[in-house]
Amino acid sequence: MNFEAVIGLETHVQLNTESKIFCGCPAKPRTGVSVADQEINSSICPVCTAQPGTLPVLNQKVVEFALRAGLATQCSIRSPNVFARKNYFYPDLPKGYQITQFELPIAENGFILIDLPSGEKKIRLKRIHIEEDAGKNVHYGPYSLVNLNRAGVPLIEVVTEPDLSTPQEASQYMKALYALVTYLEICDGNLQEGNFRCDANVSVRPIGESRLGTRVEIKNVNSFRYIEKAIEYEIHRQVEMIRAGKRIVQETRGFDSARGVTQTLRVKEEAEEYRYFPDPDLAPIVISDRQIELVRVALPELPRDHQKRLESEYKLSSYDASVLTTDKTLAVFFDQCIAYMRPKAKPEADVPSLAKSCCNLLTTEVLRFLTENQIEMSEVKITPSDLGELTLKWVAQEVSSTGAKKVLEKLLSEGGSVELWVTKLGVKQENNDGELMKIVESVLAENGAQFKEYCSGKDKVIGFLVGQIMKKTGGKANPSKVQMLIADIAKKSG
Amino acid sequence: MKNSQTVLAFQESWLAEPRVALDKKIAEYLGSIVVDQTGAFLSQVAETKLRSQAETLANELKTQGEKLFKEKPLAGVCIGIKDNIAVEGEQLTCGSRILEKYRAPYSATVIERCEKAGALIFGKLNLDEFAMGSSGENSAYLKTSHPTHPDRVCGGSSSGSALAVAGRLVDTSLGSDTGGSIRLPASFCGTFGLKPTYGRVSRYGLVAYGSSLDQIGPLSNSLSDLELMARVIYGSDPRDSTSVQTELAGWNSEVSKSANPRPQFGFLADNCLEGLQPEIRLQYEVLKEQARSKGAQVSEIDLGFLKQSVPVYYIIAMCEASSNLSRFDGVRYQSRAAASFEASKLDEFYESTRALFGSEVKKRILLGAFALSSGYYDDYYLKAAKVRRLIAQELNQVFQKIEAIVLPTSSTTAFKKGERQTDPVKMFLSDLYTVVANLAGVPALAFPHSKDNEGLPIGFQIMGPGFSDEKLVIWAEQYLTQAIDVGAK
Ligand SMILES: [Zn+2]
Repeated sequence: MNFEAVIGLETHVQLNTESKIFCGCPAKPRTGVSVADQEINSSICPVCTAQPGTLPVLNQKVVEFALRAGLATQCSIRSPNVFARKNYFYPDLPKGYQITQFELPIAENGFILIDLPSGEKKIRLKRIHIEEDAGKNVHYGPYSLVNLNRAGVPLIEVVTEPDLSTPQEASQYMKALYALVTYLEICDGNLQEGNFRCDANVSVRPIGESRLGTRVEIKNVNSFRYIEKAIEYEIHRQVEMIRAGKRIVQETRGFDSARGVTQTLRVKEEAEEYRYFPDPDLAPIVISDRQIELVRVALPELPRDHQKRLESEYKLSSYDASVLTTDKTLAVFFDQCIAYMRPKAKPEADVPSLAKSCCNLLTTEVLRFLTENQIEMSEVKITPSDLGELTLKWVAQEVSSTGAKKVLEKLLSEGGSVELWVTKLGVKQENNDGELMKIVESVLAENGAQFKEYCSGKDKVIGFLVGQIMKKTGGKANPSKVQMLIADIAKKSG
Repeated sequence: MKNSQTVLAFQESWLAEPRVALDKKIAEYLGSIVVDQTGAFLSQVAETKLRSQAETLANELKTQGEKLFKEKPLAGVCIGIKDNIAVEGEQLTCGSRILEKYRAPYSATVIERCEKAGALIFGKLNLDEFAMGSSGENSAYLKTSHPTHPDRVCGGSSSGSALAVAGRLVDTSLGSDTGGSIRLPASFCGTFGLKPTYGRVSRYGLVAYGSSLDQIGPLSNSLSDLELMARVIYGSDPRDSTSVQTELAGWNSEVSKSANPRPQFGFLADNCLEGLQPEIRLQYEVLKEQARSKGAQVSEIDLGFLKQSVPVYYIIAMCEASSNLSRFDGVRYQSRAAASFEASKLDEFYESTRALFGSEVKKRILLGAFALSSGYYDDYYLKAAKVRRLIAQELNQVFQKIEAIVLPTSSTTAFKKGERQTDPVKMFLSDLYTVVANLAGVPALAFPHSKDNEGLPIGFQIMGPGFSDEKLVIWAEQYLTQAIDVGAK
């Protein structure tokens, strides 16, 4: 029997407003301070610590940010939309209830397009609603303490219909949503700090079956790679269970990234009872058509439009374009590189090849550097003009591929100019034909036997000859140039 | 001789002797508080603080003279605060063990306004735990007694607020009214009490019971004192999203000029007065004639929804309370049960601390949580919310025809202690005439009128449409009150 998976995602997107959702406390640490390094309970007040008698006052910026998300995903906007209380006890939840939206969310029935090898797929969104984040429990030996810096930080929760059917689709969706909220500039997108976290609802059923299988929820996955792995594991686990004649238990599981498995967090013995009801402390949010229009006209270029533009203007493949536009800073950086190179590239036709080379450097070398060093694009030292300059040199064969990579590495970690590092690292390719010709001639003379073989049609020996010349020039020679010169000499002598 | 001056009269005499009058009044009040047997005060502000505030005010009075009262209308006014309203640095017990060690780290908006207006805050006043109760018998701390009849209750939940005013322990006080909690004790103790239009007085700093019903309001021995307090505490507050965010929130002293000189008052028809204590019934007729003789137009009205209003009120109040009181979990506010330190599971941790709630509070939390749970939500909370809207609509229709309704505050005068503790339904019916104003968000003013055969105060209330607060004070003064001193001995 073959099975198919039915997957829905709920994503918590932390909004990057200055202050918290219901009080004036800063919503994030000072610039330069990570959430982990922020002093515990330093961004709190009577309201967000739920001192008796305090009341919430809605930060209007949150509504605007939620509207941006709703409009960018073609949702219909509900007015009035209503805050509700979700009642449950947990030490990190100071009021004993979370202010969220339940029956009447701000945005509903939108969609997000994702790219698959088979083409585009539409993932329907059930809803987007506004809510407040909880604090964090901190455990010290036998003690549990609570840090309320995060309590009251605004979130939107984006909920899909169960339209996803493979782990790859889930990660593509997560990337597309991530790109969207960073393009909209409503989320800082720091995955390590939990700015963007996903819960996945996964069930499997035999192909052809219309009823849904028992659903398992995987909580709090904050990486594109892990969501794929977690779902992959979970589908496998569920299918094996069914094949072994066992029953799937409705439960919440967590993903152990070290072992690559999901594990039970809690089993839902009974339906959760949150006793939702409209929050009497907050008036319904009324949104005027004018307000919607103001937000709509101010929407920036969205990642998908940007991707299409990169494809049509620079002839980038849709894969390359989608990788670039997953991260707004990356894509904007790319645009700026092109802007730098364009006036310097002679015939207009050169631009696509410059773009392709620049994109390669960005999506392979730069991204690898970011992952290895656990930093964001905004933190690197290199400027778009640096990368543009380097690309120009590389394409003009003034530096080799290896040379370009070495220079890039230095520019990323230490900054400085391309010229400086090319000289310092001694990676300038030798393009002076006269001098190079002398070296080539001398090497060919030294290796007469091999040169003869080459002339007699044994093409493979060229590698050896080029290698010898490179050795002599200390790697500075341009290998394709060298090859051309050898071919020229062979012709003359032949 | 206890102080029975109005604030305005006091301010006049104080003007004559800035050095003496206020000090003398403070000494009198402090003395009375010491010998008080009614259980009005739960805590007092340090005397040194009062004295230094008084000195500053006296100096200001000497230099500014009368002008001071323009800038600070409550200059020299001694007030008591129900202990569910936050005063920075002071206790905020809500009459509950669960907040025994808590000190408020901030002040309620009404407190900031009173302090800015020159009021002297004497201390925190007793109340039914978390403002839940109609008799004043539910405080976890001090037992309360009626000011003139020690075997009787004083009414609740703003028990201490009424006692402090009736016993002349302060000039005026602040209470909170969720379903009659200002008006009922005011009536039982023979004082005035005002439940404002919902949203005209900030709730910021009032520990919530039923958020959509709660309003802070003043209690006093005279209408002029009541109005003076109202002028200060009314007004919009950006920290309370449910406060009216326009100028309409503020107290408008100009209204007196536009008030109808021949107002139309509705008095309840017989069928709404079943079970009324005979003396109250009789005095209601007297009041009607009195109003008519003073020039008001009087008609009979039938408020058929009164009976439904009580269950609707309790469902909504309990649902909101069950959620509002969730924050008392032992994690913050310094108070937690000793057993919570031994808890091995989170549930045990919560149970041990939340066991500190009194039985009335527990009962209401449980009922509220039940009425909100899935499967019951539609039948209870949602239905109650719908009926509430209908009641408000019907009441508004009534106010199309008449300008205000004059009605009893309670079916009986102050009853015997313990009498209704075992009969919750009877206790809940104490609220029959008061909860409508909260459900509809309209203002109601309780005023003392006469006494029953045992000498217990009989009070009535006048209720008008939203934003008629100022008119209620004027009409009560012109048509409904008599020149008798019902509060003090
Ligand atoms: Zn705060």
